[in-house]
Amino acid sequence: MKTVSRIYMVLIFLFLYAPIFVLILFSFNDSSAMSRSVFSGFSLRWYSRLFQDRLIMEALGNTLVIAVVAAAVSTVLGTAGAIGIGSLKNKWMRRVTMNVTNLPMVNPEIVTGVSMMLLFVISTRAVGANLGMGSLIIAHITFCLPYVIMSVRPKLMQMDPHLYEAAQDLGCAPTSAFFKVVLPQITPGIITGAIMAFTLSIDDFVISYFTSGTTQTLPIFIYSMTRKRISPEINALSTVLFAAILVLLIVVNARQSVITDKAARLQSEAEEAEA
Amino acid sequence: MKAKRALLPYLIWMLLFTVVPMFMVLFFAFTDKAGTFTLENMRQVGQYSNVFLRSIWQGALATVICLLLSYPLAYSIAHMKFKTQNVMIMLVMLPMWMNFLLRTYSWMTLLEDNGILNNLFAALGLPRVHMINTAGAVVLGMIYNYIPYMILPLYTVLTKIDNSVLEAAQDLGANKAQVFARVTLPMSMPGIISGITMVFVPAVSTFIISKMLGGGGNLLIGDVVEMQFLGSAYNPNLGSAISLVLMVLIIICMGIMNQFDDDDERGAMMI
Repeated sequence: MKTVSRIYMVLIFLFLYAPIFVLILFSFNDSSAMSRSVFSGFSLRWYSRLFQDRLIMEALGNTLVIAVVAAAVSTVLGTAGAIGIGSLKNKWMRRVTMNVTNLPMVNPEIVTGVSMMLLFVISTRAVGANLGMGSLIIAHITFCLPYVIMSVRPKLMQMDPHLYEAAQDLGCAPTSAFFKVVLPQITPGIITGAIMAFTLSIDDFVISYFTSGTTQTLPIFIYSMTRKRISPEINALSTVLFAAILVLLIVVNARQSVITDKAARLQSEAEEAEA
Repeated sequence: MKAKRALLPYLIWMLLFTVVPMFMVLFFAFTDKAGTFTLENMRQVGQYSNVFLRSIWQGALATVICLLLSYPLAYSIAHMKFKTQNVMIMLVMLPMWMNFLLRTYSWMTLLEDNGILNNLFAALGLPRVHMINTAGAVVLGMIYNYIPYMILPLYTVLTKIDNSVLEAAQDLGANKAQVFARVTLPMSMPGIISGITMVFVPAVSTFIISKMLGGGGNLLIGDVVEMQFLGSAYNPNLGSAISLVLMVLIIICMGIMNQFDDDDERGAMMI
């Protein structure tokens, strides 16, 4: 039974990783873009080409700017929103707010995309502007917000509501009570939300596609390439990004396990001291 | 009092950029180019009924296969050592950090008539198979892209099942198959349902997968919407009408699914 499940796991992971392996392999392919399924020798030339390609670098720059701004704004706005939703006493009001929050998550992406496109096209036509970075950033903030709320709200609900009152009783002003007591408690949720917003924004294609006008982001650039032939430069770029994320994940994971180990040790020490 | 004021900017933002656009879709769906009320768009949606059916069929097929593939995997992962579990779940999520257009493009390389798989078949002395630009390739693409969204909720729900409940069932005389059918499966229902919605919704409304792996002959509803807004057949009014119907269909599907979720008893009885 155990070997059967092991073999099954290997097969599924093979399925999940085969295309990624192919992608990485072909970023080192020596031949030109013409043969995308024949490997003809190891080369790094796509990597050196990559950094000279102005269009790709511009698209990468746009993507990063949008992701940073969207993550920052949606984290602040979403955290404030999550606190506000928690303070709503009226059940009906809270339910309506939560439904509005969930709307972009349950709606198909393409519907969210076209609906925002309609709004942007009509409102920019009124002021004589065009779709571009502005509309992209607004769109990205909007679809990131529910995910920030989703990661901050559980932390708020876990928190003892009396802590905030206790801080005030002990002489804290409401603002400093918030920054000194509430904020540290919900920080892990805020960080998760920010990371989620950032990665969602970097990877988004569908909503960007409808709200970008002529501005290029990396996924849009890749899409326009898939209609012809993809240059292996793009393979090289995604290999670099993939490696960066892999390293980041390993570092975060290692740090986390150090922290949990430390916490476990401290706890056992405390228990010993108590005994 | 102060906390409520924090809600205001968020609420205004959401109203402006999600609620207002939804009403614009509604408005466009029921008006013509001049802005007067008409039902013509809705009538025209009817001619795409076969595309709707194909999208729903392929999306449902991909969802069912995802579920069948994911359940044993999530079950095995949930029964591993805690540290191994974390590594496995990271391995499941990792592919999602590779741009999904590129992963789909990579499948083109694999499935082509002269592609890697066919070359492999030829090397093994097997006949070549035509795979790219078929409905099967589209379903494969859907499964590949969305299977992590099925594995993760299943895994979460399966790790939460208390082992003592399973032991209690065995103590009361249930054999392994009965424990699974009467306890494990009903208790994992919430995960199954959220997995189904998380796979079905994007699969039904995709337009890239069908475009890249399905060739021209496998149009899905997402492709039709895209054509009305950015493609050759520019007509945002009809596009809005199709989007509206798509949205309503999905809401109905989710409503049916949630019926199962609310009523555990019935779910258990059906099994």
